Amino acid sequence: MAFQILLNIAIAFIWMLLKNNFTGVEFAIGYIVGLLLLFVLRRFLNFDFYFRRVIAVFKLIVLFIYKLILANIDVIKIVLSPKLNIKPGIIAVPTKLKTEWEVTLLSCLISLTPGTLSMNFSEDGKTIYVHAIHVPDKNEAIKEIHNSFEKAILEVTK
Amino acid sequence: MTEIVVSILILLGGAFSILGSIGIVRFPDVYGRLHAATKSATLGVICIIIGTFLYFLLVQELFIGKLLLTILFVFMTAPVVGFMVSKSAYNVGVKLWDQSIQDDLGKAIKKAEKKARQ
Repeated sequence: MAFQILLNIAIAFIWMLLKNNFTGVEFAIGYIVGLLLLFVLRRFLNFDFYFRRVIAVFKLIVLFIYKLILANIDVIKIVLSPKLNIKPGIIAVPTKLKTEWEVTLLSCLISLTPGTLSMNFSEDGKTIYVHAIHVPDKNEAIKEIHNSFEKAILEVTK
Repeated sequence: MTEIVVSILILLGGAFSILGSIGIVRFPDVYGRLHAATKSATLGVICIIIGTFLYFLLVQELFIGKLLLTILFVFMTAPVVGFMVSKSAYNVGVKLWDQSIQDDLGKAIKKAEKKARQ
């Protein structure tokens, strides 16, 4: 992956030299040209096109912002309802993610969306203990985390 | 037009912060209060910062990168604070609210203790 980025930057520099114009705009155009070249040649060069990961990161960010707004509205509803009609609890969320980096990212994302707060890890790092402000159904809450954030993180690091 | 957008963002940010404060008073236990303190406040701060950023960008025509960095740092620090405070509260022995319906962490700790004793 690092090799591809290096190659891409090299193509951008060659583009700048060919145009004899050393500005940021030309660099950006060269970079895009390099991306297109890499995309076209990805089969012959025998590697995975790295820009797919960048797109996956953008997808993750958009998903996160969407969840953030949705969950904030939920918490505001709870705060403003005259009777506190909530069922809080700590749930154990098993995770398929392997490296520490991924688990940390997942727990940060869980913490940042309102309504859930990661509290602790199990010894082997396979389970995250999450305090949720309203869990009528435990399995559904776990499934939601699996289907949204874990899936998106797997897309990025796959 | 830009003024309207900027003022809406800043008012929204203020509203989120106020609602977060109300949440701190209303929730029944430490863990619930942490939710209100770390989350609604995050979105409130972000709305205010984006409003300020747009004001400087569109009205004063200044690009201020520091403001965007602030968002990044708020995102990085808020979960760590929530994690550490809740974890240490649980370890010290602060009880969950009596109407909580789940406590998987307590079960796991008890299981580990039983294993250690054997």
